[in-house]
Amino acid sequence: MIIETSALRKSFRSRAGRETKTVEAVRGVDLNVAEGEIFGFLGPNGAGKTTTLRMLATLLEPDGGTAVIAGADLRKNPGEVRRRIGYVAQGGSTWDDSTGREELVLHARMYGIGKAEARERAAKALETFELAEYADRRCKTYSGGQRRRVDIALGIIHSPKVVFLDEPTTGLDPQSRAHMWGEVRKLREMGMTVFLTTHYLDEADALCDRLAIMDHGQIVAEGTPADLKQEVLGDVVSVNVRGEVGKAADLFDNAEYVRKLETTEQALRLYVEDGATAIPHVLRTLDADGVVIDGIELHRPSLDDVFLAKTGRSLRES
Amino acid sequence: MKFLRDTWLVFQRQMQLLLRNPVWVIVGIIQPMFFLLLFAPLMKQALNVDGTMTDARAYQIFVPGMLVMVALFSAFSGFGIIAELRAGVIERNRVTPVSRVALLLGRSLRDVVQLLFQAVLVTLLAVPFGLRVGVGDALLAFLLVGLMTLLLSSTGYALGLTLRSEDAMAPVLNTVTQPIMLLAGIFLPLTFAPQWLKNVADFNPFKWTTDGVRALFAGNPGDDAVWQALAILTPLTVLALYLSSRVFAKSVR
Repeated sequence: MIIETSALRKSFRSRAGRETKTVEAVRGVDLNVAEGEIFGFLGPNGAGKTTTLRMLATLLEPDGGTAVIAGADLRKNPGEVRRRIGYVAQGGSTWDDSTGREELVLHARMYGIGKAEARERAAKALETFELAEYADRRCKTYSGGQRRRVDIALGIIHSPKVVFLDEPTTGLDPQSRAHMWGEVRKLREMGMTVFLTTHYLDEADALCDRLAIMDHGQIVAEGTPADLKQEVLGDVVSVNVRGEVGKAADLFDNAEYVRKLETTEQALRLYVEDGATAIPHVLRTLDADGVVIDGIELHRPSLDDVFLAKTGRSLRES
Repeated sequence: MKFLRDTWLVFQRQMQLLLRNPVWVIVGIIQPMFFLLLFAPLMKQALNVDGTMTDARAYQIFVPGMLVMVALFSAFSGFGIIAELRAGVIERNRVTPVSRVALLLGRSLRDVVQLLFQAVLVTLLAVPFGLRVGVGDALLAFLLVGLMTLLLSSTGYALGLTLRSEDAMAPVLNTVTQPIMLLAGIFLPLTFAPQWLKNVADFNPFKWTTDGVRALFAGNPGDDAVWQALAILTPLTVLALYLSSRVFAKSVR
């Protein structure tokens, strides 16, 4: 495991008027991230994702717990952790009046890399992230996507083992977002372990090899996107029927493939393992009894359903 | 060695950015220029109580005050660090193994270089008005205001990193620097002050700097005021550098 944490905790004191409140931002996080994977942290804003990430990146001191990152102990040897990781902050990290190339060279040199090699690395990074064309323009002239790519290039200029990306696509237009997903996969191809946070369901689903869902400072679920979705009740077949819904529901009393059945005023909701094979059965059963069907819909579980099942709330709402 | 290299790295970058946008250097000289042109002639007359005041003497009293004033403004360095904080540059620096003292010192040294440039310019510009000062004395005076700049700019950085907002920074700086400036005897020597004001001013370290720089411009490097200024500034500067680099190292939310 390239990242192993145990019972990582962090609380903040916040002042509201005269009262001071202690907010437990992260309350006991245990994580195992394998080398070479893209690991995602999914959760609503304020779930503690960024706080956890900042602790792992040595920017915040944990209140308790332990973490070993790329073989270095976070609490005992943060300096060594810094050498082995890269970190890309959410809000960007470039200075308006510097050029992309200057930023990259300087950043490399801050890791102790010599001048000539820093220049070489910068040139290579600019190439890799398709920035060569703008390399010598000031950062303030860059587009959001270009600036984000410089941020990523900065984060990996010293070839870290692990790179932390805090909300890498927040604030980007759809096209730049898709582009960024490509860049993140590129990092994995380069042999790096990527640890990212996101509050986008599609991003977590499409990009991450494994993910942890976080809510209120705790991890509520962990696994591959497919496994997590499997864990919830499976597919849902909704059928709009004319006439008495309750009567129609009775027809499925003995249907083994239905795990659970819910009714609304006009619709039946059947939870089944595999919706595609269940639909013909459902139709036949209803048809045989002369129930008029107004519509049928198959719903495959999303990560939002996983979130809903684990926390009782929808991620979209929170 | 790593510390020196890191400091150089930070300093170099800051200098590069300063030269790219030298407007702040200019702004920094405009104010003392105004004072030199519009206020010094008035002050010369005011100081001319017994009718023996010469131009040379008046500027020997006035220019040191201007140098201390320019040095005092280096406390405003904190505004720059807030912009860097907002751009994410400080955080980006802090995830690297770069020395935390270097992050501070590299920036403060840039401020010292800027101050020295301004100090030399203000001094030279006063020469046509009648200022006369020995080169050795002037260099020693520059050392004093340079130390003062190191002290104040590092304090300004710590303040900026702590307050994190220009809106909070501006009133704090104004409230603190105004009395310090008045009590440093920048415009008029405190010899004219009533006794109670003198007693209060004795607690202002920069009053001692002004006295020291004035003694040097008057051509008296052996004056007690010179070593006193140095003895007061040096430990304060070391303390400020120590405390401020701790702020750089500390996790800023």
